[in-house]
Amino acid sequence: MVNIIADNIISALGFSSEENYRNLKNGISGLKTSQNMFGMEGNFCTSQTDDTKLNELFYGETLQNPHKYTKFEKLSTLSAFYAIKEADIDASSPQTAFILSTTKGNIQLLEHPNYDQQRVQLWHTAKLVAGFFGNNNYSVVSNACISGVCAIITAVRAIEQGRLENIVVTGADVLSKFTISGFMSFKALSPLPCRPFDQDRCGLNIGEAAATVVMSKYKKNDKKISFLKGSIRNDANHISGPSRTGEGSYNALTDIISNANINDIAFINCHGTSTPYNDEMEAIAIDRAMLNKIPINSLKGYYGHTLGAAGILETIISSYEINDGLILKTEGFQTLGVSRNVCPTTKNTNTDKNCFIKLISGFGGTNAAAIFKKGE
Amino acid sequence: MAAIIDFSFINQIKNKFGNLNNQQKNDYSDLDTTDYLTTIYKTLNINYPKFYKMDNLSKTGFLLSEFIVSNHPELQNRKDISVVAFNRISSLETDINYQKTITDSENFFPAPSLFVYTLPNIVTGEICIRNKFFGESTFYVIEKFNAEEIFNLTNDLFYKTETNYVLSSWLNCKDFKPQATMFLVSRNNVDSKLDFSPENISKICQTNFLID
Repeated sequence: MVNIIADNIISALGFSSEENYRNLKNGISGLKTSQNMFGMEGNFCTSQTDDTKLNELFYGETLQNPHKYTKFEKLSTLSAFYAIKEADIDASSPQTAFILSTTKGNIQLLEHPNYDQQRVQLWHTAKLVAGFFGNNNYSVVSNACISGVCAIITAVRAIEQGRLENIVVTGADVLSKFTISGFMSFKALSPLPCRPFDQDRCGLNIGEAAATVVMSKYKKNDKKISFLKGSIRNDANHISGPSRTGEGSYNALTDIISNANINDIAFINCHGTSTPYNDEMEAIAIDRAMLNKIPINSLKGYYGHTLGAAGILETIISSYEINDGLILKTEGFQTLGVSRNVCPTTKNTNTDKNCFIKLISGFGGTNAAAIFKKGE
Repeated sequence: MAAIIDFSFINQIKNKFGNLNNQQKNDYSDLDTTDYLTTIYKTLNINYPKFYKMDNLSKTGFLLSEFIVSNHPELQNRKDISVVAFNRISSLETDINYQKTITDSENFFPAPSLFVYTLPNIVTGEICIRNKFFGESTFYVIEKFNAEEIFNLTNDLFYKTETNYVLSSWLNCKDFKPQATMFLVSRNNVDSKLDFSPENISKICQTNFLID
């Protein structure tokens, strides 16, 4: 069985998973509204990491000049650094590999006419992060919004089949004009904090974060989390619209619960982006899989959509919830606004169950679900 | 052991394309890539207008899948077939094109139809939509061609899954001209002469000049 033996989150809500979780538990959101971003007019609601503190900590831990690195590179490296430190593994070992999960990486470099043609590529950052730890086994998952969960599943398959012992899985994306203008062109952005599953939801917010899990064949300590099963499924329906039948998410959910005891599942952490179609699609998939009595939550009201980091960040927070015996409320949710009778949380609620499901979907018709169990 | 039961390739620079049993040439390799891929599309005698909306990465993957699936129509509309793709540059060509639409605030025209192709995995979605493949779809970016890694990550799609067939592709290009290949891999080797192995992946790519 493969375990998450260490983790880190760097976001608007802190530089460690613990700090992030504490803030969520206290109902603090990282979303802030600002006027005009990257020279684009209008109101934008986003969550951002603190540049000054990132530079300080990056320099403090790596002794590298922070001004020589992009924010994406610093976030990815520092997040991996903290998780590796906690895992206490030999990161340079040939039994360790690195997977980077990202959608657009260093894309903002394209803004400069003479951009570095190597550095803008995704593998370049994966190489940089792995290289920092003396490792040259690295790859990138770029599978739209589900990249993070795909990266975790990729890592589990390599470890379970004995190819590797430990894999450092880091997900990150930064705010950029490129990404924000793209979602804006889809009319998918909400100028206010998002409201997952609510009847008044009107779009998503973009968030900036890096998150790392160290996946291992070993068990480090009791507080950590075991991976039970994961599934990736395509809707085969539309490249930018969720399936009206929730096909891929439904198929992924039924696959991962085939050997599970439904009564052990405390909650489903949904993608819950707060766009009208995504949340409706997830509700349909959950209902079809007959899981609609299980509480669901979404973390987008705290972070927005953190793209390549989302699947990893949300898995980490969910693992803190299950170990703490708590299901976090769905920030922004008040009145059910989807067609199926699902149960988004309205307040932090205690649980004594020991499993959770992470559900996620994205452009290209991709969907993934994974079930995790509390460390024993 | 898994087996390669068909493969296809497009090499614009060497002006070759086709599949295992049918290799073709045309005289259009000097065309720009979009026009070059359109000439190949026309050889297929299919009517799929969505092709024209795709970026070159998706067009390349789509054509490679058509070369294979047209020989194996029994694979369509199934849950046990998955799609995985690898390349080095992600969606860089489309990224550059999209960037041009947002650089100048006086001439600011980002379009969702272009932005969506700045996600490299859209090509896998296009193939799934075309053929009603309901299995996995994943896109990996690797620094350079690596047969061992392509083998491992493709073979992983059979590990503890319902997948019986995988369309796995190396969607490489040089100066944005495609040098790409796709394999149809079967979980079970029925009567294929080609084992699915790093050696055979390398051999097919070398024979068709798909590796620099």
